Amino acid sequence: MSVVVMFFAIIAGLAGWWLARQRLTVKPWLEQGVIEGVPDFAASRDPAKRVGLGFLLAVIGSLFALLTGAYFMRRELGDWQPLPVPPILWFNTAMLLASSIALEWTQRAVRQRNQTQLRFGLVAAGLFAITFLAGQLFAWSELAASGYLVDGNPANSFFYLVTGLHGLHILGGLVALGWAGIKAWGRGGVDSVRLNVELCATYWLFMLFVWMVLLSLLAGWASDFVAFCQQLLS
Amino acid sequence: MVDATHGPDAHAAEFPDVELYHPRSWWTRYVFSQDAKVIAIQYASTALAIGMLALVLSWLMRMQLAFPGFLTFIDAAAYYQFITMHGMIMVIYLITALFLGGFGNYLIPLMLGARDMVFPYVNMLSYWTYLLAVLVLVASWFTPGGPTGAGWTLYPPQAILSNTPGQESGIVLMLVSLILFVIGFTMGGLNYIVTVLQGRTRGMTLMRMPLTVWGIFIATVMAMLAFPALFVACVMMLFDKLLGTSFFMPALVEMGELLPHDGGSPILFQHLFWFFGHPEVYIVALPAFGIVSDLISTHARKNIFGYRMMVWAIVIIGALSFVVWAHHMYVSGMNPYFGFFFAVTTLIIAVPTAIKVYNWVLTLWRGDIHLNPPMLFALAFIVTFVNGGLTGLFLGNVVVDVPLSDTMFVVAHFHMVMGVAPILVIFGAIYHWYPKITGRMLDNTMAHLHFWVTFLGAYLIFFPMHYLGIMGVPRRYFESGDISFQPPSAHDLNIFITVMALIVGAAQLVFVFNLIWSIRHGKPSGGNPWRATTLEWQTPETPPVHGNFGRELPVVYRWAYDYSVPGAAEDFIPQNQPGTNPPHSEAPRKRKGTKP
Repeated sequence: MSVVVMFFAIIAGLAGWWLARQRLTVKPWLEQGVIEGVPDFAASRDPAKRVGLGFLLAVIGSLFALLTGAYFMRRELGDWQPLPVPPILWFNTAMLLASSIALEWTQRAVRQRNQTQLRFGLVAAGLFAITFLAGQLFAWSELAASGYLVDGNPANSFFYLVTGLHGLHILGGLVALGWAGIKAWGRGGVDSVRLNVELCATYWLFMLFVWMVLLSLLAGWASDFVAFCQQLLS
Repeated sequence: MVDATHGPDAHAAEFPDVELYHPRSWWTRYVFSQDAKVIAIQYASTALAIGMLALVLSWLMRMQLAFPGFLTFIDAAAYYQFITMHGMIMVIYLITALFLGGFGNYLIPLMLGARDMVFPYVNMLSYWTYLLAVLVLVASWFTPGGPTGAGWTLYPPQAILSNTPGQESGIVLMLVSLILFVIGFTMGGLNYIVTVLQGRTRGMTLMRMPLTVWGIFIATVMAMLAFPALFVACVMMLFDKLLGTSFFMPALVEMGELLPHDGGSPILFQHLFWFFGHPEVYIVALPAFGIVSDLISTHARKNIFGYRMMVWAIVIIGALSFVVWAHHMYVSGMNPYFGFFFAVTTLIIAVPTAIKVYNWVLTLWRGDIHLNPPMLFALAFIVTFVNGGLTGLFLGNVVVDVPLSDTMFVVAHFHMVMGVAPILVIFGAIYHWYPKITGRMLDNTMAHLHFWVTFLGAYLIFFPMHYLGIMGVPRRYFESGDISFQPPSAHDLNIFITVMALIVGAAQLVFVFNLIWSIRHGKPSGGNPWRATTLEWQTPETPPVHGNFGRELPVVYRWAYDYSVPGAAEDFIPQNQPGTNPPHSEAPRKRKGTKP
């Protein structure tokens, strides 16, 4: 559970930092009149969407932190047999990284108001992400073909579970990316798609980070790292 | 909600806010509506409807306990299915959905001076996903084997073993339904949080928000972080059930046959489940706390005592509730030092909770208390929550919990603290806000009948249950048979409890009748029948139309609790009324800390 505790400590730290800046010590019964500083929602909805994405990422982070916690708890139970990491995962990681870089590049194109580059970047990001998903499916079929079935060993079960859930999140991201694509080809021009690209890029970076953590888990480095930390402590 | 006085498109084109969604047909206005008020009523109606089913299930269980064999269709399997469905529906599909989906949707935009939630389309999807979850749950009655009888905690391994009722498909539908609920809730929860953070009107600082909004806000943040644990647990159990994995399932021999599972950990499930399950208690309690604060302040015509303390207490309770989950697992064989740690954190939660109770009582102190239905329910909540909380101090201690853990004492405790108490608040809140939702008052006589029967009846049900528990009467048993340690009086008490349960249940029919009857026949309420300060009572129309506030959004000049301000013309000053409070000699402290 230490992973979960760590994740929630980070969340609590962020929440505490935010709350500390919210004037929670004022005496509202003494203050009359308008107090400025409340976000103006009618003027722009962009901040609301950014905050919304932030909370969505916190929820997704909580989901994967809990999965990681469960992974470590289950791993201690003795019948764990690590499975070999299919080499294609490295290729997939590169694809996800490329997809994320493509989105960063698209963001630059939006800033430069370059519609051609914007469209190109979106297509590239989408294609890389789809290749990633196809690669993950290939990794599954490869593992299944060499006898590592989902019910064979908890290590296998976790492999399918975490890659599956991560893949579903990428799939959801692709829907948002598709929406950005529709807008990029629409009449709204570059400005209409600015926020979509920004949010997609943030989401992609986060999912890339989650994937890195999961990969280190599946490849066994995380376990080595934890064992090393435990050695240091004991 | 039918609004007869205003044409459907009276306000559609008037708002300067171009991004506000405008319904174009009957379907998008009343069915696939993106208006938070309609979604709130959809959530509330669905939750109350499924809650009636759970109420009937509790009747059937009580009948079996008091008169075993009288209703011949209740066998052991049916009894466990009733227990499971009653618990799950009440906790998740009724109380959580009603507080956050119902009151959250209705009150957040109105109380904060917003036209709607910030993501109306996602909000609509949230309701329809919730409805789908409810339908999937109900569908399990119509599948072979019926719904699952695993208990509302769904502990593996028994939840998916073949002698548990509903293991054919009921358990699968239950898990799928929960997964859908979590997804639907996440969509709604994003709305509640971001609306509170970004959708407030001018002048509405966080510390001017009514405590109702604070309670719902913090509860939603907790739910967003805690529900993933339920999600993960459900997905992993689905894997175990459908794909034969061994996340939770240890090696088992069933009917002489070795099952395919091997080496899994049921305790892992318990950790995940209670990591969700304990915050869940406060996910329903915090909105109740908030609403009760507003009801008491309004109906005692007095500002809430210690507003800042109330806000801090809500935040602290929310944070602490994430580090107490293992107090549900004292009997799972965990390390005693863990038990000690969790007992300490559990008892610490009593501190901020007690602060809230004192503040409510001090708000009432020398107030102008109007004993109308919302106030009665609010007072009943305080008493009930204190009672339920006190038995929580018993159960929070490991040594006391171990002998009491499997007895009726626990049933009595959690029904008092998270069953009866929040539901009393739900009733109080409905009596309070019904005039805003429909423009008519609920019938007062029926309301008093409903209150007294429900309040006294609930005590007559659950107080004796504590004694049964201390006597050692076990919970979860289909029938107790001839057990020597139970005196015959225990059975008499069981019959008494059942009779009371039937009466209290019947009183809820009066409430439902009142809800429906008053839509047409209730006394017209006017816009602000309780003379309350918060923004939802200041809308130009009652019920509020689409867009809530007409052409201009209200501007907030003061906090939400300016009741009985000395020297003021009326005994309440609405939040959107400009100007400073009149100075007066009796309260010199008020002037000292005033900031320019």
